Amino acid sequence: MIHFVLHDANDSVAVVVTEGVKAGMELSGWIMDDDRMTRVTARQDIPIGHKVALRDMAVGDTVLKYGIDIGKVVKPISAGEHAHVHNIKTKRW
Amino acid sequence: MSVIGKDTTFLGYRRENGRVGVRNHVIVLPLDDLSNAAAEAVAHNIKGAMAIPHPYGRLQFGADLDLHFRTLIGTGCNPNVAAVVVIGIEDGWTQKVVDGIKATGKPVCGFGIELHGDHDTIMRASKAAREYVQWASEKQRERCAISELWVSTKCGESDTTSGCGANPSVGNAFDKLHPLGNYLCFGETTELTGGEHIVAARCANDAVRERFMFMFDRYQEVINRHKTSDLSDSQPTKGNIAGGLTTIEEKALGNIQKIGKKCTVDGVIDKAEMPTHPGLWFMDSSSAAAEMVTLCAASGYAVHFFPTGQGNVIGNPILPVIKICANPRTVRTMSEHVDVDVTGLLQREITLDQAGDRLLECMLRTANGRLTAAEALGHREFVLTRLYESA
Repeated sequence: MIHFVLHDANDSVAVVVTEGVKAGMELSGWIMDDDRMTRVTARQDIPIGHKVALRDMAVGDTVLKYGIDIGKVVKPISAGEHAHVHNIKTKRW
Repeated sequence: MSVIGKDTTFLGYRRENGRVGVRNHVIVLPLDDLSNAAAEAVAHNIKGAMAIPHPYGRLQFGADLDLHFRTLIGTGCNPNVAAVVVIGIEDGWTQKVVDGIKATGKPVCGFGIELHGDHDTIMRASKAAREYVQWASEKQRERCAISELWVSTKCGESDTTSGCGANPSVGNAFDKLHPLGNYLCFGETTELTGGEHIVAARCANDAVRERFMFMFDRYQEVINRHKTSDLSDSQPTKGNIAGGLTTIEEKALGNIQKIGKKCTVDGVIDKAEMPTHPGLWFMDSSSAAAEMVTLCAASGYAVHFFPTGQGNVIGNPILPVIKICANPRTVRTMSEHVDVDVTGLLQREITLDQAGDRLLECMLRTANGRLTAAEALGHREFVLTRLYESA
């Protein structure tokens, strides 16, 4: 069972691809570019399609997905937490 | 071995100008909002004729008017259309649309309502439509080379599964079509924000790159001129955010997966312009689904790849829209809208190559005549892009 996928091994967030991810669950993930697996423990419930943080991030940190900058951290995030509009914002517009 | 190669063929309708269509529509095209009622009455009278109503066409001017004409004429010229009846409130602009479509050599005629009224116009236009429908019904499909199929793409109600699954599947299909000499198209200018450098790097030469950046910067100026916030409710959309997309940069990087890993960007066109040589074209365009798909149809594309995450239900009157989805919840809850299920990709059950091939198989079946989900469900969204207010 693959619970989450990421593109680049360096990504700081990954996409949950199954329904029913709950806090405390041990999640297995697929690094698509390298075709290998990784793990993280969910610290919160995360809906399908939403992102799980793969490492601790501080305010102002750049968030990486596809190995590329997708925005900045606006509230501290711990590995395993739900990463979305409440703690990440665009750097554009 | 891909499901397609240079010897692959499909059964299409060859038009008078040599272009190949995959549908055989007779359309009743209103010039303006005032002519919708007559156009719909004609389509009601004549079985097999399809009206394409829309809300614009009055007191537009300058570039916005040019785009209006380009979109209507392009729609009529599309090879999925066999013949066209144009109806307008007056003769002058009606004839302009007729003349633009006539250049293809296909049957077209126009009717102005003023000095006649709706009844007489509907009667005369119905007679023309009846002749066209019977004529078109005898057209036969013939075997055509795969390179003669023009394929466009645009995604909608995207979520994170679009960027991981459905969009890379389109990219894989584009990577296989590009070397065969197909005309391909993508766009969604603001939805490249944060990934514009990736598209620029893929441009085939400096001239294309400069033209792309001109279009990109021009659209950024529109956003900057009119924005009242960081657009965090509009781009990404509420649906995108519900699906897990957080920023425009993240959405853009997912969007760009649709142009694959190998295709070069070979040319740039403005909205509803017609590409002039094979290859992958960037069309400056809105990221709103129905606007963009309408523009693709007006540029002459015959089949459309539409990846969705949360389940956009869009169709188009003349351009078959093939939906591809990698989100298992959407496939479960909205299966009647999904043509190609690639959920297996995100569970490593199928490879990206196999996902691309599934889409190409569906493309060939659609080109040969199989109706898409959107066609069967009657989705005919036709939305004209406006550049500014009417005079």
